[in-house]
Amino acid sequence: MSEAVSKLQAELEARHFVVTGEIGPPKGTNVEPCLHEAEKYLKGKVVAVNVTDLQTAVMRLGSLVVSSLLVQRGIEPVFQMVCRDRNRLALESDLLSAYVLGIRNVLALTGDHVALGDHKDGMAVFDLDSVGLLGAISTLEAGHDMGLDSKGQPNVLDGSPKFFSGCCVTPCTDDVEMQILKLEKKVAAGAQFVQTQAVYDPGTFETFMRRVEHLKVPVLVGIVMLKSAGMAKYMNSSVPGVSVPDQVIQRMTDCAKDDREKVSVDICGEIIRAVKPFCQGAHLMTLGWDHLVPDIIKAAGLA
Amino acid sequence: MIVAKKKLIKEIAESLSGCKRVLVVACGSCVTVCLSGGAKQADELASQLRLAARAAGGKLTVDTDCMERQCDREFVSQLTHDPKNYDAVLSIACGVGVGFMSELFPAARVLPGLNTTFYGAATADGVWEEYCHGCGDCVLAMTGGVCPIARCSKSLVNGPCGGTTKTGKCEVSPDMDCGWHLIYERAKAAGRLEALRALPVQKPRNWAKDRSGGARRLIHKELTNPEDGR
Repeated sequence: MSEAVSKLQAELEARHFVVTGEIGPPKGTNVEPCLHEAEKYLKGKVVAVNVTDLQTAVMRLGSLVVSSLLVQRGIEPVFQMVCRDRNRLALESDLLSAYVLGIRNVLALTGDHVALGDHKDGMAVFDLDSVGLLGAISTLEAGHDMGLDSKGQPNVLDGSPKFFSGCCVTPCTDDVEMQILKLEKKVAAGAQFVQTQAVYDPGTFETFMRRVEHLKVPVLVGIVMLKSAGMAKYMNSSVPGVSVPDQVIQRMTDCAKDDREKVSVDICGEIIRAVKPFCQGAHLMTLGWDHLVPDIIKAAGLA
Repeated sequence: MIVAKKKLIKEIAESLSGCKRVLVVACGSCVTVCLSGGAKQADELASQLRLAARAAGGKLTVDTDCMERQCDREFVSQLTHDPKNYDAVLSIACGVGVGFMSELFPAARVLPGLNTTFYGAATADGVWEEYCHGCGDCVLAMTGGVCPIARCSKSLVNGPCGGTTKTGKCEVSPDMDCGWHLIYERAKAAGRLEALRALPVQKPRNWAKDRSGGARRLIHKELTNPEDGR
């Protein structure tokens, strides 16, 4: 196995169960609050912190810059990159920039459609798909870019990057067959780790994990904190590939408002405990409840 | 065929502001079939424009005409009205027809009456849906006849994103099928799931064959005439 380029890679290769976190850059230039959250609640608690890239197609401060600021603060980022907003020139260039800025983990994502966000009239680029983006990373690592020189030969880079590149999968969707087919292509294109869409049903996740065993790639289960029963119902009706079982919704319904954080932490902890034997880590998406990350880690029995 | 949609009367009336005489020219091909730009729609549009002008306190003379295909020189002789007798020619062909007519009649002011929208098929009574994007590099052999470029909202070539809903729709809209769900269902129905699974990683698309390469041209050399200068 190649030498690890990041802590995340080293931990996964050492077969430690890893926990990663996530922050969303602000809409505006006021970057301190999100960096503060990362320093206070995630630094030292999780191995790496994902920085979302214009999540849900909402214009925000960029993931490249915030990832770089995390590096400066001694927090290892997972630089999320979506294919929605940039063509291959810009994606390749940003990958080089990321490397120069000390960013080593990259998560290649398709990206939510422009139509879902707050700039609905914008062009949806998708020059590359996520498989193509993973291929672009591999190409850069091999010392070339995707273009050709005047003789029709691949351009040679003056210095090439080395990343730990990951991808995403939706394990609990009804169309799981096609998700697996796509995941196989992502791994073939160079994906070295996988983060999943939110999982609430350990049984479904276990079935999925058995079906992707042959890929021999570490999988981090996606844990999205439920903030209310309403949010759970919304996800069931409106977020593709996410299914919150009725008994989980019931627990959120039954608890007093003041207990929601605690019940939500318990639910996360129980899911992680249940799926831990089948996967290699957990990716926590707390949606602003970053202060609960240490509690989730404790509830999952990982502290 | 090319599917087009009528522009709002308000927008058309604004584009005709200052005109006293207008010729509405229908097209007998695609836009007749999708009930947007045929002879019948030309008559309807002419009445609407006259009424709109009257309501605004003015008077507008509107005549109608029709060509079998506005994108082909040989049908120009079908026009029974002379564009030069009008302040504007309102073409209700697709954008190709509008553009070609303005080239054929450079002195005329040719305006569009439709928004040209896509290459599609009639999938049910009164319903047309996009089937082809005109990408210049057809992949339908790979996907069992369902186009990932036209029917996946992100034109993904290696499989679906995570945005397929429980009912097989696209995250963009509950009315829009997920292109890759269609590809999967088609392969299943045809007993070709294994072939779909066995597809290798697709190379990134060559968008130069699409619009990214600029305006496109088709030449059948054996049919060209040097005098045309094209």
